Amino acid sequence: MKWISPFAMNRLGLLNMNRRNVDYILRYNERQAYPLVDNKLKTKLIATEYDVNTPELLQVVRQQHEISHFRERVEQLEGFAIKPSKGSGGKGIMVILRREEEDYIKASGVAVSLSTLERHLSNILAGLYSLGGAPDVAIIESLVNSDPRLAKYSFQGVPDIRIVVFQGYPVMAMLRLATKDSDGKANLHQGAVGVGLNIANGRCLNAVQFNRPIILHPDTGTPLNSIEIDGWEQMLIMASRCYEATGLGYMGVDLVVDAERGPLLLELNARPGLAIQMANGRGLLPRLKHVEGLERPHSSPEKRAHYAMANFGVAQP
Amino acid sequence: MKPRSRYPFYFGTFLLITAGILLAVLRHVEMGIPWLAGEQRPVWMVEARVDFVAQGEPVLVSLNIPEDPPGFSILSEQAASPGYGFSIVEEGRDRRAEWTIRDASGPQTLYFMVQMTPDSSSQPKARDQRVMQPEVVYWEEPQATAVQQILQRAAQKSSTPESMTRELIKLLQSDDPDQNTALLLNNTNEIELLTRMLNHANIPARVVDSLKLEDARRRQGLRQFLQIHNGEEWLTFNAQTARQGLPEDVVLWREDSASLIDLTGGSDSQVSFAMLRQTVPALQLARSESESNGLGFLSLYQLPIEEQSMFRMLLLLPLGALVVAFMRIVIGVRTSGTFMPVLIAVAFVQTSLVPGLVAFISVVAIGLLLRSYLSSLNLLLVSRISALIILVIFITTGISIVGYQMGFSTGMTVTFFPMVILAWTIERMSILWEEEGPREVVTQGAGSLFVAVLAYLAMSVPLAGHLTFNFPELHLVVFGIVLLLGQYTGYKLTELSRFHPMKVYDK
Repeated sequence: MKWISPFAMNRLGLLNMNRRNVDYILRYNERQAYPLVDNKLKTKLIATEYDVNTPELLQVVRQQHEISHFRERVEQLEGFAIKPSKGSGGKGIMVILRREEEDYIKASGVAVSLSTLERHLSNILAGLYSLGGAPDVAIIESLVNSDPRLAKYSFQGVPDIRIVVFQGYPVMAMLRLATKDSDGKANLHQGAVGVGLNIANGRCLNAVQFNRPIILHPDTGTPLNSIEIDGWEQMLIMASRCYEATGLGYMGVDLVVDAERGPLLLELNARPGLAIQMANGRGLLPRLKHVEGLERPHSSPEKRAHYAMANFGVAQP
Repeated sequence: MKPRSRYPFYFGTFLLITAGILLAVLRHVEMGIPWLAGEQRPVWMVEARVDFVAQGEPVLVSLNIPEDPPGFSILSEQAASPGYGFSIVEEGRDRRAEWTIRDASGPQTLYFMVQMTPDSSSQPKARDQRVMQPEVVYWEEPQATAVQQILQRAAQKSSTPESMTRELIKLLQSDDPDQNTALLLNNTNEIELLTRMLNHANIPARVVDSLKLEDARRRQGLRQFLQIHNGEEWLTFNAQTARQGLPEDVVLWREDSASLIDLTGGSDSQVSFAMLRQTVPALQLARSESESNGLGFLSLYQLPIEEQSMFRMLLLLPLGALVVAFMRIVIGVRTSGTFMPVLIAVAFVQTSLVPGLVAFISVVAIGLLLRSYLSSLNLLLVSRISALIILVIFITTGISIVGYQMGFSTGMTVTFFPMVILAWTIERMSILWEEEGPREVVTQGAGSLFVAVLAYLAMSVPLAGHLTFNFPELHLVVFGIVLLLGQYTGYKLTELSRFHPMKVYDK
C-alpha cells in the first residue's frame, strides 16, 4: 500500500471526504433542495424554467393505466430512453436505439419486445429502482446523439462533462469517457477515464484511469491531450445557472453535448465525488476558499462564469 | 450565507465532557465507587419474584427463603410490595417471608431481594446434629419387588450411604435400563423416586431447591438436588450425574421446608428469580442502600434487578457506537450499513467471538446464495426483504439443528443475531454484488466484521462494563467525543492511501 503524506495533501489543496461533508455539503446545501436533484423530473422542469436545456421530455408515465398511452406514443418514436425519476447511479435506465419490425433494439444490441418495455415501466412505477422502494414515475426522453467530436474519444456510452459549481461559480470540470473496463458506464471508480478540463478554455489538463495518469484512451487509442470542448463558455454559464435554479451551494452538474441541440443538462448531484481532483491533478480547496473569500459575489451566471474562467484557469503551454 | 460560529458548540461539548468526568470523580470520592472492577468481593443480588392472581379476598403469601445457605453469607434482605404487610417468620428450621393484605384482586407481583456474597467459611452445617429418621415409604406390587431388587444390587456394590446413593443414581441413569428400572421410571419423577427409594433403604433423603447464580439472568427457575443424611450431616448429590457436593455457583434456596410457596386468597402463583453480580464492595453496597441523599440518585443500583441487567447491556452500546464513529470518520473503514457492526457486536457479546463469527459468516453466505435466486424473480423491495427475513430464520434454524446434531451446542447461539438486520445486510451485500462486483462486497463485508470485532472487544473488556454501569455519567464524555467526531474535517487514514497517486502532481 502506498501513502501520501497529509502535508503533501495540504500543499495540493485536496478536499477530503469529511471536510466536504461538514464544511460544504452540510453548510451550503439546504436539505429541502435535495428533492430537486434527486428527482430527475423535477430537475428537468426547474432547469427548463432557467433556460437550461435538457434532453427532450417525450412522456411521463405516472400511473399504471398510463402505460397504454405509452403504447400509442411509442409507435411514432424511433429511439428513446426510459428512466426512473428517482433512480440513482444509472439504475433502471433503458436506452432504445431503434426499432426493427416489432422489436426494440437496446444500446447493447439486444432486441426486446413491447411487453418487456411495459413491464419495465410498471417496475419503475412500483419503485423497484428508487431509493428505499418509494413509488416512482417513469420519464421517457429523446435520445442524446453525442457530438461526434466527443464521441470518438469514448468506448461506447455517451461522454459526459461534470462541472463542480460552488456558490454559482464553476470551480472545476472533467470529462468522463466510458471504457471497456467500465462497461460503458462513466463512473471513475468502475474504470472510466477522467479528463480534467481547464476552466479557462475547456482544454485537456490531465487524464487518469484508475487514478493513474494516462495519455491515450485505453480502448480507442485516441490521444486525450488534444481534447478541447467547443462552446465551453456556454457550458459554464449553463452550469452556473443551475445554482439559481436549485439554490444548492455545492453541487455537481452533469452535461452532455448533443450533435444538434448542443450542451444538455443530464442531471444534478448534491454530493459530487472527490475524484474530479485526481482527473485535474490539483485540489479543490484553494478555489473553494477563493469563492468563499469573495467580498461581493457576482449576481449573474454570465459574470460568475467569466470570473471563473479568468481566475481558475491553468496556464498551459 | 455566513457559517455559524462553532465556539458555542465547542464550549458546550467541553462542558459535557468536564461535567461527565467531574461527576464520576465526585461519586468516586463521595460514594467510594472504585475505578477498577477487580479486587472486590462479588455480591450477588438475587430477586425472587412472586406473581399470582388475587381473588378479592384477604391474601396470605408465604415464601420459603434461605436462612444460612452453605457457601454464602447473606448481607441483606428486602421486600418490595406496595400495600402489603410484610414480615419474616421462622418456624423451627422453616424460614418464610410472609406478605399479607386485607383485600386485593387482579394480578399481583411481589419481590423479595437478597444480597449474598460467596463465603467459604460458612461451609458444612455442623449444626444439624439431630437424629434423622428416614420417612416411611409404602410400595405397591409390582413396584415393591422392583425396588427391592434394585436396592439389593446397589447395596452389593456399596458400603456407605454415600456410595449407596451414587450406585443407585448410576443404576437409574444407565443407558439401557433393565425391566425393574424401566418399570419404576415409568411416569415418575426421577428425583422423587430416588428419595423414596433411599428412604426405603433406611437412608434419610430429601429434595432441595437450588438456584444457579449467573450474572444478569432473569426469569430463572429453581433446580432440584438430592440430599441424604449420612448420620452426621446432609450431603448433596446431583441426581443426574451422581456428583457429590454443591457446585460453587449454586446456592441452596429451600432446604428444610416442605413447600416453596403457600398462597391463600389467590391462584396461579409463580416464583421466578432474577440475579445480578455486582462488582462493588459490600461496604459501599450497604451504604448506597441506606443513603438516598446526594449523588446516590445517579446510580442504577436502586432499580429492580431485571432492569439493571438490561441497563448493563444498554449502557455498553454507546461504546460500540463510538468505535463505529471513530472507525468510519477517522480511519475510513467502509462498512455495509452504518450501525450494523454495533448490532453484530452486541450479538457477539452473547455468543462469544469465534462461534459468533462462524455463525454470522455462514448465515450471510448462505443468504447471499439464496438471494441471488430471489433477484432473478424481480420482486418488489418490501416482499423481497420479507422473503429474506423468512429465509434467514430458516437458515438459522437449520444451522442450529445441524450444529446440535453434530454436537456443537454453539450452533444454537446463532439465534442471538438480530434477524431483520441480517436480512438487510444480505440485501445490501447482494445489491452491492450486482452493482459493484464481488470485490466491493468482500471489502465492505470485511470492513463491517473488522469494526464489529473491534466494537465487541471494546464492549467486552471488563473495565468497560464496570465503568459504564457504575459511572453512567461517563456517557456524557462519550457523547461529547461523538459530537466532536461529527465536526472532524481532517483526513481519513484511508484517504492518505486513496489519494497517493496525487503525489506526482506535488512539485
